[in-house]
Amino acid sequence: MLSPTGAEAVKEPAKEPASPPRRGISAPRGGLRHLSLAGVLVALVIVGAFTKPEQFLTGDNLQLILTQSSVIGVVTVGVTFVIIGGGIDLSVGAIVALASVWATTVATQEFGLGGVLLCALSVGLGCGLVNGVLIAYGPMVPFIATLAMLASARGLALLISDGKTQVVTVQSVLDLGVSDSYVLGVPPLVLVFAAVAVLGWLVLGRTTFGRRTVAVGGNAEASRLAGIAVRRQRLLLYLLSGLCCGIAAFMLIVLTGSGQNTNGNLYELDAIAAAIIGGTLLSGGRGTITGSVLGVLVFTTITNLFALNNLQTDVQQIAKGAIIVAAVLVQKGRKTQ
Amino acid sequence: MAPEVPQAPLLTMSRITKTFPGVRALDGVDMDVNAGEVHCLLGQNGAGKSTLIKVLAGAHQPDEGDIRWQGEPVRLTTPMAAMRLGIATIYQELDLVEHVSVTENIFLGNEISARGFIRSRDARSRAAALLRRLGHPEIDPDITVGALPAAGQQIVSMARALSHDVRLIVMDEPSAALDPDEVANLFRIVAGLTEDGVAVVYISHRLEEIRRVGDRVSVLKDGRVAARGLPARTTETREFVALMTGREVQYAFPERPVTTEPLTDRVLRAAPRPPVLCAEGLAREGEFAPLDLELHPGQITGLAGLVGSGRSEILETLAGARRPTAGRVLVDGKPLRPGDVTAAVRAGIGLAPEERKSQALLMLESVTRNVSVSALPRFSTGGWLDRTRERAETRARTRGLALHPDDPDRPVRTLSGGNQQKVVLARWLLRECRVLLLDEPTRGVDVGARAELYTVIRRLADSGVAVLLVSSEVPEVLGLADRVLVLREGRVVHTAPARELDEHRVLDLVMEGSPSC
Repeated sequence: MLSPTGAEAVKEPAKEPASPPRRGISAPRGGLRHLSLAGVLVALVIVGAFTKPEQFLTGDNLQLILTQSSVIGVVTVGVTFVIIGGGIDLSVGAIVALASVWATTVATQEFGLGGVLLCALSVGLGCGLVNGVLIAYGPMVPFIATLAMLASARGLALLISDGKTQVVTVQSVLDLGVSDSYVLGVPPLVLVFAAVAVLGWLVLGRTTFGRRTVAVGGNAEASRLAGIAVRRQRLLLYLLSGLCCGIAAFMLIVLTGSGQNTNGNLYELDAIAAAIIGGTLLSGGRGTITGSVLGVLVFTTITNLFALNNLQTDVQQIAKGAIIVAAVLVQKGRKTQ
Repeated sequence: MAPEVPQAPLLTMSRITKTFPGVRALDGVDMDVNAGEVHCLLGQNGAGKSTLIKVLAGAHQPDEGDIRWQGEPVRLTTPMAAMRLGIATIYQELDLVEHVSVTENIFLGNEISARGFIRSRDARSRAAALLRRLGHPEIDPDITVGALPAAGQQIVSMARALSHDVRLIVMDEPSAALDPDEVANLFRIVAGLTEDGVAVVYISHRLEEIRRVGDRVSVLKDGRVAARGLPARTTETREFVALMTGREVQYAFPERPVTTEPLTDRVLRAAPRPPVLCAEGLAREGEFAPLDLELHPGQITGLAGLVGSGRSEILETLAGARRPTAGRVLVDGKPLRPGDVTAAVRAGIGLAPEERKSQALLMLESVTRNVSVSALPRFSTGGWLDRTRERAETRARTRGLALHPDDPDRPVRTLSGGNQQKVVLARWLLRECRVLLLDEPTRGVDVGARAELYTVIRRLADSGVAVLLVSSEVPEVLGLADRVLVLREGRVVHTAPARELDEHRVLDLVMEGSPSC
């Protein structure tokens, strides 16, 4: 029907043959940043290899770094989607706590591995649903809605657990944490993280859902006028983040063999920080899963290095803060070019 | 003062030139303003009025030209610098802080304080005095500005200007948001100001107002001064209109299909075809009066009207972006769910909104992604995108529109205005929409690119799309549309085939409302 315009293209083949692509302006998105983050990671490894040669570069320690990255990594993938979509999720840590507590009550554990897993995922999705409905259809500011969820989910976790550590007695859950279950020397938790990251990467880059996330975060009004169901998209984003929290909660249960209401403390800040240094714009519309994963690895490696060198957590916190500031300044510098 | 030049005007601007990427907004503009006079600026949209007052306010730096204040050369490098000289600007979009009180707004950035502490009682009484001077003692200085109606907010804006030692005050379409009796008050205020020796630069589309308040009139057209310092009361309307419209650059409009033989047949055959879109009694309270409208395939309908006449609101309501307070929209005879853009897009309606950057484009994204955003399901199976097909099909559309540069990966923010508009059109081409609503499609588009856009729009109509075109540039509506609806203050005041209207007549209808042939 609209062929007249299309037909013109056939009649009029490109006048300027292969105009040279202008790099610098249309450089592969995030490529440079990923490279520099990878550079930071390599530098950290070198530092580790020099300062603690016989401890840092061991298989056990690298496995530890990866395992420690896994739980927060899965949460970060969800948070990255939310931020790219123009939102924020402050409730992730609290949702992880609630899901881990709920999934390890005596009643839930009676249903075995499946029961624990299903419960963790359902609690995550349920909290995400509440967040999403409030934000998309309330409509409430994401900061406030998820702040409210942060408070109430933590409170509920405390209520359920009564502040006690709930020990896991289901053997099949505990088995996932021991070395017998490793696949080619890789802990299952790391595999889950890898799977979530790869899936997230595919969804963001190759699906309509991912494309709409970027569009809504970049310009919600333009997306609405282009016919995108913006509210539905927002709802789905918080559901996704909640699901990631559910997965992370289950991973934490496996890792610690327990559920606690103090789990996931400050995960929201770690996840946001990792996404930001990974190049995700806090205002939405831009970001990558690769960047977030690298961000998580950088943070975990620093923590590990500091611990090996007997530096206190206060120094770690200061270093983290400095890294965030540096990353954002770099981001700004590139934007104004 | 400057005794050697006793009659030096308060302000002299000479040879002011300002270029934006792709547009020469001001091209050697001269203007002088005397103390105590009301100097009116007249010109169509895009004539350069806004740019000129922004230069005067210190918000834009001219590329060339100089500015003298009481005969002395000055440089207005920041809005602060202009304010210090005594130049205050009241923009059309008022720059008030909504959640803050009237008093605080008036003294924003200029707080009455002692050692860092606000002296709120002083500030409050001075605010009240300013409001009295402006004839609005009823405005409570403690109320938040957001609670005031538009007219009240404007008064606050003026009070802010007067809170400085102001010598020259620029008002950009101050009457646009006002009722007739509020306009009368505005005129009283202007008269009071000039009595105190303050100069006023007054911008308006309404000739009758200029007649009433103005002393001298300068006419801008396409970034140049078409006339300088004409007497406001004695110059004839015809002369003003001719100066505003008699453009040197003639736009090349594509031929209407009825003028060529084979197309006539098509149109005749098409004539009994039912309209693709109907609006029945569609209205939004406070924005536009009940409207009946039929859009036919292959036809371009033009909507002529000023900013604020409700034209954008009509388009956005048709597109489902605003929910009507009365009436309904039908596509192919089926009523559309009100206030649902997604449903409207699914039914085949596409809107190219007025504010391209904030309402249409994903500025961080590439050309391809901007074009494909409305048609993603077309390239996906179960949500999975076929990026090769996406690229190929979007490229076919952008090539068809001769997008330049022809680079699908280029960030859309680096394109010129005309090419950004083409990206928006390509989006709806790809979506195969049947009704295209174009809101000021050539705004910020330079002359060469305009002709190209006109051709594209005509071709779209020829291919069977029903087009509704809004433009404040009358020649554009007349040149492009088949049928024209003239809109004034939310109401269609005249409907006629485009060939039966001319620019003067439409401008008369749009500005004064009374047909004067």
